[in-house]
Amino acid sequence: MKFIPHTGEERQQMLKELGINDLEELFAEIPEEIRLKRELNVPGPLSELEVARKLNSLAGKNKTVDQLAAFLGAGVYDHYIPSAVQHIISRSEFYTAYTPYQPEISQGVLQSIFEFQTMICQLTGMDVANASMYDGASATAEAALMACAATRRSKVLVSKTVHPQYREVLRTYASGPELQVIEVDFTQGCTDLEKLKQFLDKDVAAVIIQQPNFFGSLEDLTAAAKAAHQVKALLVTCADPVSLGLIASPGSCGADIVTGEGQGLGIPMSYGGPHLGYMACAAKLMRRMPGRIVGETKDNQGRRGYVLTLQAREQHIRREKATSNICSNQALCALAATVHLSLLGRKGLRSVAEQCLQKAYYAYEQIIKLPGYQPAWAVPFFKEFVIKTPQPPEEINRRLLDNGIIGGLDLERYYPQLKNHMLLCVTETRTKEDIHRLVALLGGDVK
Amino acid sequence: MSEPLIFELSRPGRRGILPPENDVPCKEVEQLIPAGMLRQDEPQLPEVSELDVVRHYTRLSRMNYGVDVGFYPLGSCTMKYNPKICEDAANLPGFTRLHPYQPEETVQGALELMYHTQNYLAEITGMDAVTLQPAAGAHGELTGLLIIKAYLKHRGEKRTKVIVPDSAHGTNPATATLAGFKVVQVKSDLRGNVDIEALREVVDEDTAALMLTNPSTLGLFEENIVQIAEIVHNAGGLLYYDGANMNAIMGITSPGRMGFDVVHLNLHKTFATPHGGGGPGSGPVGVKAELEPFLPKPVVVKENDTYRLDYNRPLSIGRVRGFYASFGVVVKAYTYLISQGGSGLKSISEHAVLNANYLMHRLAGHLNIPFDRRCMHEFVCRPRGLKGKGVRTLDLAKRMLDYGYHPPTIYFPLIVEEVMMMEPTETESKETLDDFARSVIKILQEAAEDPEQVKTAPHSTPVGRLDEVTAARKPVLRYNG
Amino acid sequence: MANIPAELKYSREHEWIKLDGDRATIGITDYAQDSLGDIVFVELPSVGDTFEAEDTLGVVESVKAASDIYTPLSGRVVEINEELLDAPETINEDPYGKGWMVVMELSDPSQVENLLSKAEYEAYLEENA
Repeated sequence: MKFIPHTGEERQQMLKELGINDLEELFAEIPEEIRLKRELNVPGPLSELEVARKLNSLAGKNKTVDQLAAFLGAGVYDHYIPSAVQHIISRSEFYTAYTPYQPEISQGVLQSIFEFQTMICQLTGMDVANASMYDGASATAEAALMACAATRRSKVLVSKTVHPQYREVLRTYASGPELQVIEVDFTQGCTDLEKLKQFLDKDVAAVIIQQPNFFGSLEDLTAAAKAAHQVKALLVTCADPVSLGLIASPGSCGADIVTGEGQGLGIPMSYGGPHLGYMACAAKLMRRMPGRIVGETKDNQGRRGYVLTLQAREQHIRREKATSNICSNQALCALAATVHLSLLGRKGLRSVAEQCLQKAYYAYEQIIKLPGYQPAWAVPFFKEFVIKTPQPPEEINRRLLDNGIIGGLDLERYYPQLKNHMLLCVTETRTKEDIHRLVALLGGDVK
Repeated sequence: MSEPLIFELSRPGRRGILPPENDVPCKEVEQLIPAGMLRQDEPQLPEVSELDVVRHYTRLSRMNYGVDVGFYPLGSCTMKYNPKICEDAANLPGFTRLHPYQPEETVQGALELMYHTQNYLAEITGMDAVTLQPAAGAHGELTGLLIIKAYLKHRGEKRTKVIVPDSAHGTNPATATLAGFKVVQVKSDLRGNVDIEALREVVDEDTAALMLTNPSTLGLFEENIVQIAEIVHNAGGLLYYDGANMNAIMGITSPGRMGFDVVHLNLHKTFATPHGGGGPGSGPVGVKAELEPFLPKPVVVKENDTYRLDYNRPLSIGRVRGFYASFGVVVKAYTYLISQGGSGLKSISEHAVLNANYLMHRLAGHLNIPFDRRCMHEFVCRPRGLKGKGVRTLDLAKRMLDYGYHPPTIYFPLIVEEVMMMEPTETESKETLDDFARSVIKILQEAAEDPEQVKTAPHSTPVGRLDEVTAARKPVLRYNG
Repeated sequence: MANIPAELKYSREHEWIKLDGDRATIGITDYAQDSLGDIVFVELPSVGDTFEAEDTLGVVESVKAASDIYTPLSGRVVEINEELLDAPETINEDPYGKGWMVVMELSDPSQVENLLSKAEYEAYLEENA
């Protein structure tokens, strides 16, 4: 396939105007010794038909969650995406645009981000939100850096019930400025608040809690906020936005910064990305926030319009003193989330959340009745829960896979103490029948 | 033309998408979750119909300018055509409907695609290994510098300094700080190259790395690159390549051949994945063999005929994001790569450089070209003789909007006053370049003869110039209706 | 040409200093406000904070630039101009008057000798313009 429009004749005309004979001469300033003297070893070129065939064949080697009913969650969720979402984000005026540096011809993306920021504020109960970040993990790490800068402290407490990958990313980010990261144990599926209090001192910048946490359990955010605030540390909450249709907003519980993964809001799972990090915070922290922010203003004729604002925080102005090095957002994913939330509306988000809750409990109650299966702990959860299994989850999952089901996540991989524990997820896309099949197979009813 | 906010279209009780009936027996929510943990207030989301939503966002899309709308010579951003087949490929259910925790045996196609993409990018950059994890260019920079930091630490060295040229993109110094280094700037010489003597003065046993873009942000090939690499390597430092300008050199030379040790690429520039109005992008990082153990984990490996995720990498810097990559973006880049092949990639760079030189040539009599040299895929220029008229580069850029163009990058790099940076890319035809050049020349005439027309531009866009001062002084960052 | 009152002292980082015994009022010069353009935000220290000479006291931001404010003198902040927080444009309008930023109690008054006079600052601007 060729996306170069030049005809041979045009190329000659252009070269002639430049006073050179061939394309080679354009590169005369590149020293001979570093020239590549062979062709790049990349297969192709292929025609569009051949490309389509190749990609179809690769895609066909995968088994999708439409072919296998999946009970996997752990940060990425199979929520239904209304058809209109894909149609809107396929408008190429949106997806072939760059960052909106020229606001006069970028009102579409700017206004959509302003709407996105508003929705994130509404869901999280916070004052301000940014235009989005890479993903939930990096947004949470950035929140920790932001809290350290705002408090001029360098210690971060993170609960072990925060997604293990998010904690890994936090440690990687902390290795640059050499911040101290301390992990706080859990008890009965939730952050051990007594242990948390033992670590709290005047050097702590932030306490990071996930809601619902990695195990699906609901944390006592209000108590965590109170404890953190006693030593003037900030509470960073990493929240599943779908749960916020039903669960108390982190803002109402006292959180100072709220981050999270917005994939569940109309973005395909796509084997882990691209997804949608979001970040919101209290008004007093507004100018410490990393990333792009859109603000409302007026044009020279008094008409309402939108611009990127508070840019003096950012790398292109502050350079080595910037709040972060981030210089993009996930604009198209944020647009998808905005369209998704508009389609669901005020009532719809709550009803999706409620279906997840009801179906998860329905599955949970049947599974714990099976011989050998036990609840890991007894705490309220949202759409995910942990089950103690009679056999290693790996064996169970093998049996499920042979019968067309993808089981839960084997928790031993991240928590050695949770041997024979499985994290299961049920969203609104799983049917009663799927759940019955899962329960029957777990109970030993195999093909 | 103005469009209400989606919230202003809201009517109580109106619904868009209805979820299916719940097919399992339900309990009272309060029986499952303590009342204190439940939300008391309803989030004030809009109440709109599907048609309301579709019309609203379609109207917004028409207030937006993309590559599919017209010429977009935005320097340093490589706004080339984004082939449609790449979008189709990434939207195949065989890719979108995969959960990242699925067993590896059920995602062999996805892993195979990632594995090949890693290898193709290593081949193009002259590196030995590549990670696809970073989510954007700046994220790649952070990954690359943390790899350098871990590598030096492993060798028992404590080097604290990262050197960046004064022409560098702001992310370079910002990233160096974030990675815990001290930033030292080195100036450019009169030909736009790194000033070798100035470099010698700052490079020492404390130097961890030099971050460089080549071609530079001035669109010029750094002619002394071999010597620069030698200076830095002799002092025990490493060379970091910012791949923003990779579109100029594919198949001609490579960062590896120039002596770089770490590279990040922007799939959304060189490899034709769309910018999405600001993201999602993807910023893979390539390294030379001695740095490979420090790559983020997991990395995709091939054993016999099976692909798997390798987590057993004890020296790894860890993760920089959730899961493995902006996979959907990687699918688009892979599709583009095989549609081009080795010969096609070289042709892309040749024509990107041809187009830039041709456009520069067409404008040379009308604009000042501060560096009288062959340019690579982009060039910098600035107006002359307009100061007396009170016309600035910003005004010229705004006037270009009236002519239906996206303006070039302006006021970057910082070392050239009133600068414009133009990058036409290889996908634009000669007549597009000719038309654009004619329009620029006409705007320059207007600026001389009727400066008000230019200073008050744009005149034909949905909104006029916006008050950024008030936006920053009294920020309104959300709808409060 | 920027306005440079004769009765004030200046720093090379474009702050002005008005001395009154062991107290100093600090702001940014007319040249500094003009280079920054429309100022949109000011961050000031808290009363009671202590600083060494050349420490960063705060930040001024315009739409396209941000600049640290350095204190040329060591001491303790005894007063800040809170009105600037709501009306940062005051710095553009009246940099030497209502645009003052902080009052410090000096811990080492001998540092005053390092400050520039009007003539010296003028010459400095000339050289570096």
